[in-house]
Amino acid sequence: MTTPTPNTPQPRDSGNWAQSVDKLKATGIPSSALNLNVDGKHLTGPLKGFGQMWQKTYSVRLSGATVTPAEVIKVWKAEFPNFWPKGNRFYAPLTSIEPGEVAVLNLSVPGGPPVTAISTGIMVIYADDVSFTFMTPEGHPLAGMITFSAHEDEGATVAQVQALIRPNDPMFEMMFRLGVGHKGEDEFWQATLRSLAARFGVSGQPQQRTMLVDPRVQWSEAKNIWHNAAIRTALYMPVAMVKKVFKRGG
Amino acid sequence: MSKSNVSMTVRQLNDKHSCVDIHGEVNAFAENALMDAYAQATSGGAHTIILNFSGLEYMNSSGIGLLITLLIRASRQKHQLRAVGLSEHYRQIFELTRLNEAIGIYSTETEALAL
Repeated sequence: MTTPTPNTPQPRDSGNWAQSVDKLKATGIPSSALNLNVDGKHLTGPLKGFGQMWQKTYSVRLSGATVTPAEVIKVWKAEFPNFWPKGNRFYAPLTSIEPGEVAVLNLSVPGGPPVTAISTGIMVIYADDVSFTFMTPEGHPLAGMITFSAHEDEGATVAQVQALIRPNDPMFEMMFRLGVGHKGEDEFWQATLRSLAARFGVSGQPQQRTMLVDPRVQWSEAKNIWHNAAIRTALYMPVAMVKKVFKRGG
Repeated sequence: MSKSNVSMTVRQLNDKHSCVDIHGEVNAFAENALMDAYAQATSGGAHTIILNFSGLEYMNSSGIGLLITLLIRASRQKHQLRAVGLSEHYRQIFELTRLNEAIGIYSTETEALAL
C-alpha cells in the first residue's frame, strides 16, 4: 500500500494500490517455477514499451449465473492460475492476489507444445473488490497494464479483461505486426474467460474490442531487447539441462 | 446507468496554457468528461494543459489508463500535460505507474506556468 502521510486524511483508494518499487523481487514462489527475468527488473507500463500501443478489451456475460461482480472477483483472485490455458503457469505467493505482490509466469508458445518458452513475471499494482490490475516488468513480451474486473450490465454480471499494452521490444513488435502476437494474446484471454465462465456454470462466448491507441513506435525503447525474456529463457534452458544431468550423475 | 462521479472545469490561463480542475473520482466512467475537458482546454490554442488534481477524491487503475490514453492523444497533437495538486499518495501512484516520467509534476500552478 502507498505510504500514508501523517495527519492527512487518506483517500478511499489508499489501501488498493501497491507501493512504488524500484526493482522487483519475487518471494514465496514455489520451487517448481522457472523463476527467471523477474528479480532486479523494473516495472515497465505502456509508456515504456517499444511497439504500437493497443487497448484490448475481452468480456464475457455470465448470463444465468446468480453471482455478483464482487463474488466473481473473489473467485478469480483465489483461483487465478486455474483459468489459464494449458501449458501456461502463474506462480504467486501463497497470500494470493494483493497489491504489491510479485508473481512468476511460465508461458508456452501459443499453439505450440506445453513447455516453458518464456519465464517472466508481473506485479499486482491495484486491487479492490471488483477489479485487480497487473503491471509487467522489463523483458515481458508486453509493456503494459492488464485489468481484470467484473461489473453489472442489464441484469447480468460481466467479467472483463482489459489490456493497455505495447510490445516491449522490436522482436515482440514484429510478432504483433505478423499477427502472431495478436492471435496469441486474443486466444489466451478468450480461453481464460471461457474457463472463468465455466466455473460459474456458464458457457459464455467472449466478446472483444480492439483499439489502436498509438500507431507510433518508440525507437528510444528498442534497447529493451536486452531484457527480452524469451531470448533469456532460451539461453538459460541448455544450461539448466546440463545442470540437471550433472545433478543426476553426481 | 452512468456511474460517473467526476466534474471537470476548464480555465484558460493565457494564450498558451489551460487548466483542467478535476473534482471527484477518476475511473473508467470519467472518460467522456476527461476527453471533453481536454478538447475544451485546447480549443483556444493552448498547447500546455495543466491537470489540477487537488480535488481528486479517488482514482483506480482504470483512471491511470485514462490518463495514459489522454497523454498519447496530447502527444500526437504536440500538446504537453502537466500535473499540479497531487497529494503524496497520488504522487506515489504516478511513480509506480511511471506516469511521472511523462507528465511533469509541479507543486503549484505558478510553478507549472513558469517553465
